[in-house]
Amino acid sequence: MRGSRIITALAIVAIAGWAMVPASAAAQEKIIIDGSTTVGPIAKAFAEYYMSMNKDVNITVSESGSGNGAKSLINGMCDVADMSRFMKDSEFQAALEKGRTPVAHVVAVDGLAVIVHPSNPVKGLTVEQIRSIYTGQVTNWKQLGGPDVAIVMISRDTNSGTYETFESLVMNKEKINEKAEYVGSNGAVRQRVQSTPAAIGYVGLGFVDRSVKALEVNGIMPDMNTVSSGIYPIARPLFMFTDGYPKLGSHLYRFVTLYLTPKGQEIIEEIGFVPVTKY
Amino acid sequence: MEDRILEHTRSEIGSRLLMSRGTRRFRRLGALAGNAVLVTIASSSLIALLFIFYFIVRDAIPFFRLEGFREFFTSTRWYPSREEAEFGAAAIFTGSALVTAGAIVVAVPMGVFAALCLSDILPFSLRQVVKPVIEMLAAIPSVVYGFFALVVFAPLLQRQGGSLLSVGALIVLTPLALIGVAVAGDLISARFREQARPAARISSAVILLAVVTYLLFEIHRFLGGLQIASGTNALNASIILGIMALPTVVSVSEDALNSVGRELREGSYALGATRAETLLKVVVPAAKSGILAAVILGVMRAIGETMVVWMASGNAARIPKPWFNLLEPVRTLTATIAGDMGEADQVTGSARYHVLFAMAACLLAFAFIANLVSELIVRRSRKRLG
Repeated sequence: MRGSRIITALAIVAIAGWAMVPASAAAQEKIIIDGSTTVGPIAKAFAEYYMSMNKDVNITVSESGSGNGAKSLINGMCDVADMSRFMKDSEFQAALEKGRTPVAHVVAVDGLAVIVHPSNPVKGLTVEQIRSIYTGQVTNWKQLGGPDVAIVMISRDTNSGTYETFESLVMNKEKINEKAEYVGSNGAVRQRVQSTPAAIGYVGLGFVDRSVKALEVNGIMPDMNTVSSGIYPIARPLFMFTDGYPKLGSHLYRFVTLYLTPKGQEIIEEIGFVPVTKY
Repeated sequence: MEDRILEHTRSEIGSRLLMSRGTRRFRRLGALAGNAVLVTIASSSLIALLFIFYFIVRDAIPFFRLEGFREFFTSTRWYPSREEAEFGAAAIFTGSALVTAGAIVVAVPMGVFAALCLSDILPFSLRQVVKPVIEMLAAIPSVVYGFFALVVFAPLLQRQGGSLLSVGALIVLTPLALIGVAVAGDLISARFREQARPAARISSAVILLAVVTYLLFEIHRFLGGLQIASGTNALNASIILGIMALPTVVSVSEDALNSVGRELREGSYALGATRAETLLKVVVPAAKSGILAAVILGVMRAIGETMVVWMASGNAARIPKPWFNLLEPVRTLTATIAGDMGEADQVTGSARYHVLFAMAACLLAFAFIANLVSELIVRRSRKRLG
């Protein structure tokens, strides 16, 4: 009786050990990516494509915000930091203090689309009008040619690159009104706007779909051409930061320069961003 | 004392009769080592708690040293990311208090009545079904609640908020109103003479019913006409938090009601009280302190909840106008800590990093005090009941 129990236990341990061997035998190189929720989809699509081309690399992508991504890179917890804004001076300082040299790679250009509910008749606004909405000067849609409803302002939380871009390009250093609601991601902004007829929000161009309506800003509709040529007023480059320039030919180098290849630019366009070159 | 003498005698006898001195010493050291291991394990949780307290308070003090107390507790302007940062958290404290109060209003009446039903009214077979269902509410992850609140409940409130609120209010108020009418009718007709009583009862019931129907209709019209501009508001968060706190309140209240004991109930019935009188006038007052402890546990559950309020409360750092208007977005302490965590790096922003610890320290202090109060109440009641 006792003998058979020992044999069963040994068998289970042996099978478990054998099951774990294949995973550890293929010594995989790992690339860890963290950062912006805007650049995240690009990183994920790149990772999927790259891993299908190279079986010996394992790439993991997290999206915890540009600030978090920079922090991870500074602390050495990730290899690539996705950021939808450039690194701040203080972040650069911190990195240098820890012995890391952040190098920026511009992988795509993103337009910040101002979105409203599809039922909203307003077609376009100027940057000053958007600013006056978010500072609380304009409180009702009827002041802008819409229905007589109070405007519901949706903004991104202050730890996101999207927020920082909006603050610097639109708000012009003015404070956002205290009534504005804050949500945690581009997807959440879109979800709030598509279910609230009186809402206005801002998302990366890649997040605009049929469920929301993008407004013209200063008369210019955000799309591929206007964003990449810089005509659209609210546009920003999307970055991937690495610690130093990656070694030529390494997996990290090939991953990070995917945006220069035709396939990479195809992926970027599919997601809805604008590739840096016209291929 | 006796035990120790007995043990000592026993070991002495044992050692002299059966064991050598070496074995005796080994046994004693073994017992000592075993005790030491158990004490270490038991105190590890205490040590962990002390560590948490220490590290949070240590990193919260620099904020108060940098910015002082006044702005944090009295100003309502929360702009931590600007160059001239403002750290006024009064609106955030109010937001936390509002959603917690709302959660208590939802959870406590429902919870205490549910506990009463479970312990005294439902037949055993039904109780076997209902209790696990209520406890299943506690097993649902909080992020699932938050997702539901954001994706399903918020649009529902925006589209049909008014009618939802009025239907909910009517469901709660109609039975209460009918009971009130019956009781009031009895009280009024008791003042009349014996012969006039039936007539008095009928006429007072008719008049009261008319008044109550009119009031309920007015409430229905008022609530039905409400337009909720934004579904992610304090009401949304309060209702979901109330549902989350419900299992806690029900479980602890039911324990308190059960611990009252059969003697009290049987004595009350023996004296001729009806079931309602027994429950409302004997059992519930006897279990009062346990129910209060349950309420405090529910409060702690509601105030510490992060995911639901971060997703569904709107995160607007302002005190609603008027302060009890639950239909406006609010921001809570927990959501602020979760939302601002990414940017507030120790390296990049000093006060911005420490203010989050200051908020955490306030939450810890509140939890500590609430726990202490609940413990004192339970201990006092236990002493009184014997």
